Amino acid sequence: MGRLRKIARRTFLIGTAAVAGGVAFGVWQARRTLPNPLQPEGDAVTLNPYIIIDQSGTTIIAPRAEMGQGIMTTLAALVAEELDVNFDSINVIHGPAAQAYYNGTIMGLSLPFKDYAVTDFQDNVRNTLGVVGKMMGLQVTGGSTSTVDAYEKMRMAGATARETLKLAAADRLGVAMDQLRTEGEQVIGADGTTISYTDLAAAAVTIEPPQDVTLRPASEWKLLGQSLPRVDMVGKATGTAEFGADVRLPGMKFATLRMNPKRAGMISYDASAAENMTGVEQIVDLGDGIAVIASNTWLAMQAAEAVEIEWENASYPPTTKALRKSVDQAFDTSANSTMRNDGDVDIAIEGGTEITAEYHVPWLAHSTMEPMNSTALYTNDSLEIWSGTQAPTLARDKCAAAVGLDSDQVTVHTTYLGGGFGRRAEFDFSVLAARVAQAMPGVPIKTTWSREEDMRHDFYRPAASARFRGVVQNGEAVVLDGKIAAPSVTQAAMQRVAGFAPPGPDKGHVEGAFDQPYGIPNFRIAGHLADVDVPIGFWRSVGNSFNGFFFDSFIDELAHAAGRDPLEFRHDLIAREHAPSAALLDEVAEMSGWTGATPDGVGRGVGFTYSFGTPVAQVIEVVDENGLIRIQKAWIACDVGTALDRSIIEAQMISGLIYGLSAAVMGEITFADGEAQQYNYPDYDALRIHTAPQVDVRILENNAHMGGVGEPATPPSMPALANAIFDLTGVRARELPLNKQFDFLL
Amino acid sequence: MATTLTVNGQSHTVDLPDDVPLLWVLRDQIGLTGTKFGCGVAACGACTVHIDGEAVRSCQVALADVWGDVTTIEGVGTPDNLAVIQQAWIDNQVAQCGYCQSGQIMQAADLLANTPNPNDAQIDEAMQGNLCRCGTYPRIRAAIKDAAQKLQEA
Repeated sequence: MGRLRKIARRTFLIGTAAVAGGVAFGVWQARRTLPNPLQPEGDAVTLNPYIIIDQSGTTIIAPRAEMGQGIMTTLAALVAEELDVNFDSINVIHGPAAQAYYNGTIMGLSLPFKDYAVTDFQDNVRNTLGVVGKMMGLQVTGGSTSTVDAYEKMRMAGATARETLKLAAADRLGVAMDQLRTEGEQVIGADGTTISYTDLAAAAVTIEPPQDVTLRPASEWKLLGQSLPRVDMVGKATGTAEFGADVRLPGMKFATLRMNPKRAGMISYDASAAENMTGVEQIVDLGDGIAVIASNTWLAMQAAEAVEIEWENASYPPTTKALRKSVDQAFDTSANSTMRNDGDVDIAIEGGTEITAEYHVPWLAHSTMEPMNSTALYTNDSLEIWSGTQAPTLARDKCAAAVGLDSDQVTVHTTYLGGGFGRRAEFDFSVLAARVAQAMPGVPIKTTWSREEDMRHDFYRPAASARFRGVVQNGEAVVLDGKIAAPSVTQAAMQRVAGFAPPGPDKGHVEGAFDQPYGIPNFRIAGHLADVDVPIGFWRSVGNSFNGFFFDSFIDELAHAAGRDPLEFRHDLIAREHAPSAALLDEVAEMSGWTGATPDGVGRGVGFTYSFGTPVAQVIEVVDENGLIRIQKAWIACDVGTALDRSIIEAQMISGLIYGLSAAVMGEITFADGEAQQYNYPDYDALRIHTAPQVDVRILENNAHMGGVGEPATPPSMPALANAIFDLTGVRARELPLNKQFDFLL
Repeated sequence: MATTLTVNGQSHTVDLPDDVPLLWVLRDQIGLTGTKFGCGVAACGACTVHIDGEAVRSCQVALADVWGDVTTIEGVGTPDNLAVIQQAWIDNQVAQCGYCQSGQIMQAADLLANTPNPNDAQIDEAMQGNLCRCGTYPRIRAAIKDAAQKLQEA
């Protein structure tokens, strides 16, 4: 803990001040090759942290959480492309929690750069910050960074292994390397002699890998760029894919828990009734809640309900109204950041029209389909944990600390995740399962949360407010002055991870606003941090999830104030800054047949957000059906720079859109008496098959670098819908969810 | 007390109270984890199984009330012996996180058994109880139509 804390402090000296870092760690530490964590058994050998070869063939380690985004498939394809293995015969696993699998890209998200205009210097600083991820062993799936981070290093792992296998074959055949080629897990000689990788692996391990390997150009790719069959698809169509909730171990017991819904401690509890219920084996005092270990999860849940508990009160204002007031009070404090400050927003504009608007969005739950859970087996000198986690090294370290072991005494098995969306980047569900297991050493225990526990103990997307002022003149925006008020997700998360909140400007708080590619001559975005203790965390697209709505909604308002077509208005302002983004507006206009006019009973809105390296433009069409609004159709144009798997990218674009629309239409967590008032899907629903739109997706590759795909479609969906409803009804929505103001067909 | 039930053609005797939901009998005692726990209140469809061929929410059926033979996703087909509907799910690359898909497939199988060539409205009607937070709905719809066509050709 002490060490992590020390390193993390340095992290934020770099992260928040954006000075060139690296020096903090020493060149040797920063550059050294990390040890290969793989310890294959029997005849299996490993050539590097991403590859195991045994008699059955090749196993590729895809060390990012598979939570639906198809990442295991694309990461495996990166290795396979260079290694020359048959994609349909390889085995793909997540592998262990290890520093070798650090994410060198995710820390860069904290830097206050506009991705669309990133300079070489800024890119160097981003890469330098990757060293911090390496030193901290940040094996994290998030920030839509996985393919960007793996793009070179996993192809290089495949290429280096291939060349090493060729060296082993050259040695055995007594021929020069350039006489050999590789295909289908074999090295092939000029005379047609073949030697399988399996036969060469043991010799290859003893050869020093070549250092001068070059990667194949995209023109030679056979797998990348194709829509590959996902490696997890058969398992997920047959019920055989193993999620955290599905782990089965001999002699296992089943537990559930009840934690304080006011997110504070426990004064007292009485388990006398629960103790005598059928199947109950033990009640565990967790300090701020209780767990019941039983012979069946449902019996454990019944008993947990029967425990009488007196809870401590919440540390935050107890009602939604009071909490929202606390958020808005941030506007009266000095700004935490002013990451965009172009021109002079106070300049007097002759003949200009000024408009102002205030927006608000609520707390949101992640609401993954699979409720939180983990399985743990504790002995006095070891802990084994099976957990669907987005951050396995963090889970390992936090579980170790919680049960009084060293990190190297903890083994993490990362299962499939039944949805993540940021929720499973937290470690609470892993740690709680470890603590429950500690109460019964030697017995594997699966701790499954009820849906109600899951929904009421989330780390929510924070509520946020915005105040915008703008001036239009001669059909163009000449001033945009925006203020954002919200609690800081970055600070809250770092407090949990490292025990302190980083000082300095918080980029995550204003992303989706300050970094948008609009050429508005007088353009300022200020962030004001609210001091509200409701537990908050990373929710798909993070700050973009609220700023995307605020910023793009206001752009739409400016367009109407200027008397312009909202799509053309955006296009003209964006074209000044970033041509690939402007091209997306042309694309989505063509896809949707945008004319700027809609018949009675039909409304269309456009939305645009540039996030996680990927600009996304959307058009949404709504229709009036007997007084109810139906979301009929959506068109998405995105630019990912380089498209590695179009089927997966399309799926992520649709997924991100529907996730955002669910929040926009009906997502809201409210509080009373310090407790979330939503318990289960009837209180916190989402779009379903009959309420989700038809969606068309086009994927472009004009951007200068590869972008992420898991999150970027979420932010623009919310304003696009609100803008469509404005077109339909003439009523401007400045607050989400929309079902408080409009009647939807549900 | 001991109760005997037939799941995927096999007889199982379990010693559990009468009111334990079928879902938790399947998952914890019989070890068939393809059927998922999502909400416990019949609001998400992740736990959908068939009893005598009819789709039901297994979280709402008490062990003592199981009125017929139970079929779970494992009984529909296996990785080595896929059912037509599962092949359609694979061909259309439907699943993302995949947690809801067992329930989606069980519900869709019920739909296709009763409505061999469903239109969009019939798909909406049958499938709206099955929540998917990844938003795979467009591909679910495509896979159902694909499976319908293949089943009719068969």
